[in-house]
Amino acid sequence: MTRFWVLKILRTVLTLWFVVTFVFVVLRTSGDPVVALVGADATPEEVEQFRQLWRLDDPLWIQYFRYVVQMATGQFGISYRDGREVIDIIAERIPWTLILGLFSYIGAILIGVPAGIIAAIKRGSAFDNLIMATAVFGFALPNFFLGILMILLFSLSLQWLPSSGTGTVWHLIMPAITLATFTAGTLARFTRSAMLEVLDKLYIRAAAAKGVGYWKRIIFHALPNASIPLVTIIGLNLGELIGGAIVVETVFAWPGVGRLLVTAVSSRDLAVVQGLVLIMAVTMVLANLVVDLLYGLLDPRIRVQN
Amino acid sequence: MKRVSPILVFAIVILAIAVVVAIIGNVFTSHGMSQQNLLARLKPPAFMTGSNPSFPLGTDRIGRDMVARVIAGLQMSLSVAIAGTIIGAVFGSAIGFIAAHFRGWVEEVLMMLVDFQASLPFILITLTLLAFFGNSMTLFIILMGLFGWEKYARLSRGVVLSAINQPYAKAIVALGAGNGRLYLKHVLPNVASALIVQVTLTFPQIILLETSLSFLGLGIQAPQTSLGQILGDGRDYLSTAWWISVWPGLVIFLVTLSMSIVGDWLRDRLDPMLRARTT
Repeated sequence: MTRFWVLKILRTVLTLWFVVTFVFVVLRTSGDPVVALVGADATPEEVEQFRQLWRLDDPLWIQYFRYVVQMATGQFGISYRDGREVIDIIAERIPWTLILGLFSYIGAILIGVPAGIIAAIKRGSAFDNLIMATAVFGFALPNFFLGILMILLFSLSLQWLPSSGTGTVWHLIMPAITLATFTAGTLARFTRSAMLEVLDKLYIRAAAAKGVGYWKRIIFHALPNASIPLVTIIGLNLGELIGGAIVVETVFAWPGVGRLLVTAVSSRDLAVVQGLVLIMAVTMVLANLVVDLLYGLLDPRIRVQN
Repeated sequence: MKRVSPILVFAIVILAIAVVVAIIGNVFTSHGMSQQNLLARLKPPAFMTGSNPSFPLGTDRIGRDMVARVIAGLQMSLSVAIAGTIIGAVFGSAIGFIAAHFRGWVEEVLMMLVDFQASLPFILITLTLLAFFGNSMTLFIILMGLFGWEKYARLSRGVVLSAINQPYAKAIVALGAGNGRLYLKHVLPNVASALIVQVTLTFPQIILLETSLSFLGLGIQAPQTSLGQILGDGRDYLSTAWWISVWPGLVIFLVTLSMSIVGDWLRDRLDPMLRARTT
């Protein structure tokens, strides 16, 4: 048991170290790091000042070590566009992404999981076909196009909802639906197949034979067993959600970290890009760790295997 | 032979049309994709009032023909996706073959890279590299090619590991075949169906990734165009000219949808085992 936890945590630390090293290598191979982080229109004096500030004349391995320490302590540098600390700029965007993300994630689970369960119970029915067709559609419909179609319909034609920005609860609805659609589709598909697999098992038949009621069988016997793979997919989908937020926040001018990343990349505000990428990666990797540990708690077989 | 479902026929027809249009596209319009007609700006498509008969799908903000734009965008999006798919499949499978062949620390290191890639959203890595190195067509295509490499690597490593322990592979080695011959002529054909299924899954995902990035203004840059870029262009004109965004969006949707349907069908045909495991 302890071995399982230690291995998982070691693996997480290793991945995080990989991420920081990756960004360091990219930063050093893409050109002069000072110009990259200070901006192309900095004066030679400024460049020299930063060169000394970051002690870029030290051997590379010392710089690397220092870089890892800086990143680990959140010292991402200063945005050359507005001269503020990167960490502050990011911090004020995070709540917005959290609101949007939580809202759509909970929505996706509340819609996707029950839909998948019902599709599995009513296998081959019209409802099953409808759910599966919707899931395929959701997979093929790019989220930016879905967002634009919703703006056209609900903001411009019907004038029910605001097309972009923030301020009221109404502003949250369209970005959240856009972001949730793909996840809900994936969850429905996955829940369906996980349930189908479990429903065939002998213990379900045994439960039926000893007189356990239909819904009791589904909810207390099938669902807990089907939820094991489901936890993984919910964790994996967090990555899709972060990727989706980058696009959806831009479509709806939502002031979260995703939109910040897009503007930082297009204006090449590299200190901000570096900070954002590291923070998003850390979030992802930690979420994966939590999922792995949960998985171990839910399914004792996994712990033993490892 | 099972009855072919009408949905599958629809998907194949859509894909065939997309490919044909991309190849002979210029037949459909007399306008160039970047030819401006300032007297015919933001003209609506043919079925609306105020349209101009020589622009059946309407025009954009500087009077460029939407038919020509969408065809050029389709050509670009398909080419990038095809190039990306081929690069990713070859590179990823090669990594998988190498890992399976050498085992030991080579395999450990490669699989660690695979895990690393799989634990981060690819769009994050793409954006980092585009930000630091600056956007160029070459870099962009390489990035699209890197998409999904870890899936091919994982898949081919697994399949190769089980294939080289089969009696037929052992027999070939005993007969004196070299590694190249063993892997290319004997193992590859046996793992090909699993790889083809993976290709049909990755192809629509690359189209979505490319169009997303181009939509954000971080992918294909003007004067080149792609479906995502046209859609992004139309965003500022949603209230006056919805068609600029809707046509390319529809094309992306139809192509990725058809590809997914064909992919599902292929998966059923080629690899019933894989289907049981993944869906």
